[in-house]
Amino acid sequence: MANIKTSEKKSKAQSMGMHTEVLTGRTQQKFFNPDEAENFYYFGTYDVDFNKRTDLDVMNMSAPEANKEIDNLMSQGYGTIVIKNPQGKHSLGVGILNKLNLIFEGSLGYFGMGSCDGPIVRINGRVGWSCAENLMAGKVVIEKNAGSCFGAAIRGGDLICKGSVGARTGIDMKGGTIIIGGDAGAFTGFMMQRGRIIILGDVGINLGDSMYDGTIFVGGEIGSYGSDAVDAELTSSDQDWLRRKLKVAEIGEDFDVSKMKKIVAGKKLWNYDNLEPTEKKGAI
Amino acid sequence: MPKKKTKKIKSKSKPKKDKLGTFKETAREKLIGQHIGYRYDVNLLPDYKKITPFLKKYIEAMGWDDLNWLEDVHMGYEEDRPAVFCRNANGWVTIPKSIKLPNNQQDRDMIARELLVKFQMSPKHPLVDLKKAYLKF
Repeated sequence: MANIKTSEKKSKAQSMGMHTEVLTGRTQQKFFNPDEAENFYYFGTYDVDFNKRTDLDVMNMSAPEANKEIDNLMSQGYGTIVIKNPQGKHSLGVGILNKLNLIFEGSLGYFGMGSCDGPIVRINGRVGWSCAENLMAGKVVIEKNAGSCFGAAIRGGDLICKGSVGARTGIDMKGGTIIIGGDAGAFTGFMMQRGRIIILGDVGINLGDSMYDGTIFVGGEIGSYGSDAVDAELTSSDQDWLRRKLKVAEIGEDFDVSKMKKIVAGKKLWNYDNLEPTEKKGAI
Repeated sequence: MPKKKTKKIKSKSKPKKDKLGTFKETAREKLIGQHIGYRYDVNLLPDYKKITPFLKKYIEAMGWDDLNWLEDVHMGYEEDRPAVFCRNANGWVTIPKSIKLPNNQQDRDMIARELLVKFQMSPKHPLVDLKKAYLKF
């Protein structure tokens, strides 16, 4: 009998080392031509000019009124807006889904710059809890200190605090980069899933507790490691990237990145799998 | 006649070059028969020497100093095809067959980033229809 060898034909993705995985769900096919899009902003957003500048005094405005006025100015093509007298109001500058240069001449309260996608923001003061939570893209720079839950659940973009930050920085973050020039509080990187945190100063207890993935770089002392946070080797590509990021962040350009510690997930908490339903059945 | 003892030379087995996602890493994965976690390295930092002209133009237009949110975009796969995940559409955008894929992940990631940006700027993006139907303001 002839020895018939069965050979499985590998697809391009398999031969590249990518594994097959059945992703169940709705399939929706949309076709587009990659050459047709050249407008550099999302469909339906305003086309603004960075050189067109205006001031907005929000002293006698409520936060919703101020946010609507920012939207109104963007619709008129203003690409640089300076906000005067924010006076620690909460929820200022939320929901901006546009490219924009936004400058705050003062401090913000809770949830400032939340749910944004694209703007470049500079805050010449302090910020309260949950600054830039759910940031999708863009750059937010805080010149002084920030409160707790700094950059909670961010998904992309750069979030920079030149001073120190409170506890639970980068809690549940799913992407993006948080850069801190000073110290960070307890539970930094708590439950982080993706993304990167850079702390040039010291950090409190339970660093990276229950982190699923992502990377934390620390320049100073670590209070203690959280559950499943482990040390990793700092590679030369890490160092190149760190130097570049610190230059972009305008902090710590002379900082010796080669002495930084790199913390990643130990992956011992990766227990979500097909056996779970069977195990549950056995337990019942 | 006594048989000559022949020394068996053990051939040194070459270390296998395992590709990401094709091998079982831990005892837990062997037990359950599947890979746990992402199929590609989500922590891979971008190599800025490999940036494409389109992406350079894009970050200049946005006023950023680097790739920004695109640093988190990597080329993955869907149903055996190379693809990139669009979080705005909550779905995979497959890479056209006409695009030749390079052998290293850094170059592949740059292609994925470029394609994703073009898809998000396209008037055929699913969000465009949703915006028309449900936009309140």
